[in-house]
Amino acid sequence: MRLATRRRLANLGVLAPPLFWTMLFMFVPYAIMFAYSFYRKQFPIFIPDIQFGNYLLLLTDPQYYTVLLRTLKIALLVALASLLLAYPLAYFLVFKIHSPRLRAGLYMAVIVPLWVSYLLRAYTWKTILGSQGVLNSFLVWTGTLSEPTDLLLYNQFSVVLTLTYIFIPFVVMPIYTSLEKIPRNLVEASHDCGVGPLHTFLQVTLPLSVPGILAGVTFAFCLTFGDFVAPTLVGGPNATMIASVIQSQFGTALNWPLGAALSIVVLIIVLAIISLSDRFERTGRLNLG
Amino acid sequence: MTKIIELRNLSKTFAGDVRAVDGVSLDIEAGEFVTLLGPSGCGKTTMLRLIAGFETPDSGEIILNGRDVTDDPPYRRPVNTVFQDYALFPHMTVAQNVGYGLRLAGMPRTEIRKRVGDALRMVDLLAKEDSLPGQLSGGQRQRVALARAIIRQPKVLLLDEPLSALDVKLREAMQVELKHLHQKLGITFLLVTHDQKEALVMSDRVVVLERGRIAQCGTPGDLYDRPASPYVADFIGTSNLISATVSAASGGQVEAQVGPHRLRAAAGSLRVVAGDKVLLSIRPERVLMLANGAPVPAECNFLSGTVREYLFHGNTMRVELDIGQPSAFLVDLQLQAALSGTDLAKPGSAVRVAIEPVNVTVFPADPTA
Repeated sequence: MRLATRRRLANLGVLAPPLFWTMLFMFVPYAIMFAYSFYRKQFPIFIPDIQFGNYLLLLTDPQYYTVLLRTLKIALLVALASLLLAYPLAYFLVFKIHSPRLRAGLYMAVIVPLWVSYLLRAYTWKTILGSQGVLNSFLVWTGTLSEPTDLLLYNQFSVVLTLTYIFIPFVVMPIYTSLEKIPRNLVEASHDCGVGPLHTFLQVTLPLSVPGILAGVTFAFCLTFGDFVAPTLVGGPNATMIASVIQSQFGTALNWPLGAALSIVVLIIVLAIISLSDRFERTGRLNLG
Repeated sequence: MTKIIELRNLSKTFAGDVRAVDGVSLDIEAGEFVTLLGPSGCGKTTMLRLIAGFETPDSGEIILNGRDVTDDPPYRRPVNTVFQDYALFPHMTVAQNVGYGLRLAGMPRTEIRKRVGDALRMVDLLAKEDSLPGQLSGGQRQRVALARAIIRQPKVLLLDEPLSALDVKLREAMQVELKHLHQKLGITFLLVTHDQKEALVMSDRVVVLERGRIAQCGTPGDLYDRPASPYVADFIGTSNLISATVSAASGGQVEAQVGPHRLRAAAGSLRVVAGDKVLLSIRPERVLMLANGAPVPAECNFLSGTVREYLFHGNTMRVELDIGQPSAFLVDLQLQAALSGTDLAKPGSAVRVAIEPVNVTVFPADPTA
């Protein structure tokens, strides 16, 4: 057998299992879901069909599109909040901590929460923000409040807070990496050109860390967009998010075609965001030479 | 002449008790081309970084242009640096890189354009002004770094091994170019290098550093012909360093015994008496190989040995002689004719070499050796 042929066969052998896996558990389910989104609901079953009624309902019934818009808003807020918290943290770790051991330790401290169950971490905020929670007890004890408030929990604020807390490591990681990759002598070169620390940051450090920012923000946005645990645990009736609605369509509401259509819409939005950020990152990387 | 840089008793110790710079005092005149020369770890780059402001000294003072800048951050010092790996901003074009400092200083756009154009023309890179650093060759990046460093018209240009990343041909061309640029700009250049040839070619004055201290400071000719220590003699060019015992010393003349041979040398300022251990330094190219049976020229020392090996250098032939010392005695022969036309003694055969006393330098024997 010729070497080239043998190589091709070997490549195929290596690629086949993951390819098979992806086909079976990604593309086939997506295809099924895509097909379902055109079905018609006729209680208690779903009838195969090709019609756009489900999609039309999403766009016309405020019950659905308000949730979609709210999810968009919450995802943006979480992405923004985690960026504002993660960037200074990553910057501090990379540029202000000079001992490599301390830096590695602090970085681990940021990552460690990821090892704890996601459900548990979301639940923690319930005990912090609840009317009998840690924060309320503290505020009453200090006399700031005369009696516990229930304004802290079961609203959009608590959802944004919880999700920001949960997704921050995903934002810190790429920003940390991109900051670490910036050669220190670029900062020195900027100072050498007579430019002070603030403008050096704005002109050199920040632009060069954009790939990390994009990656982190995309993580936070997409993970929030598909989340249903946090709104279920700490969100109230006015903090319902799209994933919860989808879940109920496949569950109690028993409307699989509508659920499928919602899923497709979510999928399209998330894919659009990812490809957009990917394109931005590509142009950025080109600039880096 | 005015002093542009004054270093007073400068010291810097890094973590792990490494004394990078150890009580250095040095004055540099305006317009001079000075080179800090030494092997890696001698503190030359640290000295440059102290002057640029990227490091702060543990003690001592740095005075630039009559002003104490010891505690000033780098962006308030009238110096600019050409970094070893250029440190160009990868997200800015060549023109943006060069004009960066001026733009952030708030200079009008038209004025920046003009000065960037001038600077790029000076380094012959105007055609590349819209390229990104990633699209340039090493030599071109070097020029951009140079243009960026001179555009603010600094009092002192600091160059941190700027040519070390270039290949030999380009490096030699850039050495000449830098020298011309220095003459054209008239500002002070302070270069750091480990390449002694580069230092000799380019500088008005060379400062040889040894473990954070100044070993010797002088013109290239001074250092080569009158090295202050065996360290300098060995680091600048090549030297045969031979241990010897003084057999007689009188009237500025020293006679030293090396094996069966007696070598005469000028003592210079060195005070020695008979019986002292000394170190003789002899440049390989100052040695004359004697033809078989030829008489030793008058007043010359001579050594005899056997040829160990020939090393062909193109323009010269290096001969390694065994003269009964631990290390080989090197002789450089100028090849005035093609190699095939030169009559060389076969390896293993006995030869004699002659050395004029003026070409033998005497150092006190290193007590640690």
